[in-house]
Amino acid sequence: MPAFINPTVVAHLVLIFVVMNMLVLSSAFMVWMERKVCAYIQDRVGPNRVGYEGALQPFADVLKLLFKEELRPKAADAFLFAIAPILSTVAALAAFSVVPFGTETTLFGLLSEPLRLEVADVNVAVLVIFAITSMGVYGIVLAGWSSNSKYSLLGGLRSSAQMISYELSYGLALASVVMLAGSLSLREIVMNQSGYWFHVIPKWYLFLQPLGFLIYLTAGVAETNRAPFDFPEAEQELVAGYHTEYSSMSFGLFFLAEYVNMVTVSAVATSLYLGGWLGPLLPDWLAWVWFMVKVLAILFFYVWMRWTLPRYRYDQLMEFGWKWLLPAAVLNLVATAALVIWLG
Amino acid sequence: MDLNSIGFFVFGAVAVLASLGVIGQRNPMHSVMLLIVSFGALAGLYILLDAPFSAVTQIIIYAGAIMVLFLFVVMLLNAHTEADSVPAILGPRGMQIGALLSILLAGEIVWGLSRLGLTWFGNDPATIANISSVSRIGLAIFTTHAFAFEVTSILILVSMVGAVVIARRGH
Repeated sequence: MPAFINPTVVAHLVLIFVVMNMLVLSSAFMVWMERKVCAYIQDRVGPNRVGYEGALQPFADVLKLLFKEELRPKAADAFLFAIAPILSTVAALAAFSVVPFGTETTLFGLLSEPLRLEVADVNVAVLVIFAITSMGVYGIVLAGWSSNSKYSLLGGLRSSAQMISYELSYGLALASVVMLAGSLSLREIVMNQSGYWFHVIPKWYLFLQPLGFLIYLTAGVAETNRAPFDFPEAEQELVAGYHTEYSSMSFGLFFLAEYVNMVTVSAVATSLYLGGWLGPLLPDWLAWVWFMVKVLAILFFYVWMRWTLPRYRYDQLMEFGWKWLLPAAVLNLVATAALVIWLG
Repeated sequence: MDLNSIGFFVFGAVAVLASLGVIGQRNPMHSVMLLIVSFGALAGLYILLDAPFSAVTQIIIYAGAIMVLFLFVVMLLNAHTEADSVPAILGPRGMQIGALLSILLAGEIVWGLSRLGLTWFGNDPATIANISSVSRIGLAIFTTHAFAFEVTSILILVSMVGAVVIARRGH
């Protein structure tokens, strides 16, 4: 047996496999949750035929998509048309790789050295997430352009304009947290949030950065193209936006990417503002349960918002992004910097 | 050959081939995508050099921000192929002169870099981690190289104002 196959490497590979499949599964779960929550908000029952309370509905949908015919418009750019959904999905899945979701574990003494519950412990993790998120726009833009259809093109253009506009506020909100923590590593940022004020209030950055948290969530919704900022696929104007011409599993990949992106944005918000896996009562080896609870809470908020708020108008979105959100983010950054210097 | 050398040759080959592709084929959209691939390969080289910060900023600024603007322009112009004529000023020998000039430039760069004398920081992981740490880079930019940094930002501001002035001239 070669030397590089040792328990640590195997454990890492297993971890990568588990994280990736959990992400895919979580997007299936999100589809189900979205349809159920939406149904109850609209006083309906929602999917309830396949599996318990319709829980197997997403899997049935995926099966259906897999067996559908793959169509490509005649005038489409074949190569770019094919790689666009792949790019979207890869960017969505890759961003989660630097998010820590638990403490170190030896799997009850199975491993000689402790395994950190995250795929890659990078010391510039916050920047890596920012970089990968900014690459996600290419999948959408390329899909819009290569389809050679006016709806797709407009959807792609809108999406890129929106993502560039909100990326600035997103980045500034991240920078404020980085200044508070004095580190770009997500694990250190989470560890900095341990402890309590007055024995009851957890030392989460949410309480130090309330404005930053709001900016992050808003920009995160815009980055993931979700309602009320879902312009790239505004049905009434653009049919289905950038993925109008996609069918079968390549459409499914865009769908998957959207939900995985939501999970990632929520996971990063949890790490930056809600203390990551830190929480009371549970022992260390179950800390990831707290992480999942917090992520789920933010995801529920996302779904709740989508089925409550109507879509903005496009010029309103741009005005809000540039004239309100960005100045607020700059103000937040400057105020945080001043406080960090003042209080040492 | 160790993993680092293999990585160097793979990333280097991808960067060179993608850059050749950028100028070698006529679909501007494909050129933009190849340029992004080239930037990605450069980021890979930075990671091999233990400079993760440079790698990530390379991706954020060049691949993530500037190239999106390029894509935007190409998409809005909806140019499916590039106009295929060599500008008349260069005459029939334009291509050869261009090739000669670029070879000359490459030679000059190699000569200049070899005269500059590259600093070798050694193999000690602690030294490398110290040099490539984000706080060290920030301190260097805002103390030792503050003047160059500010001049660069003014240069960018001037070009931005210039672009706005040119764009508004017709109105």
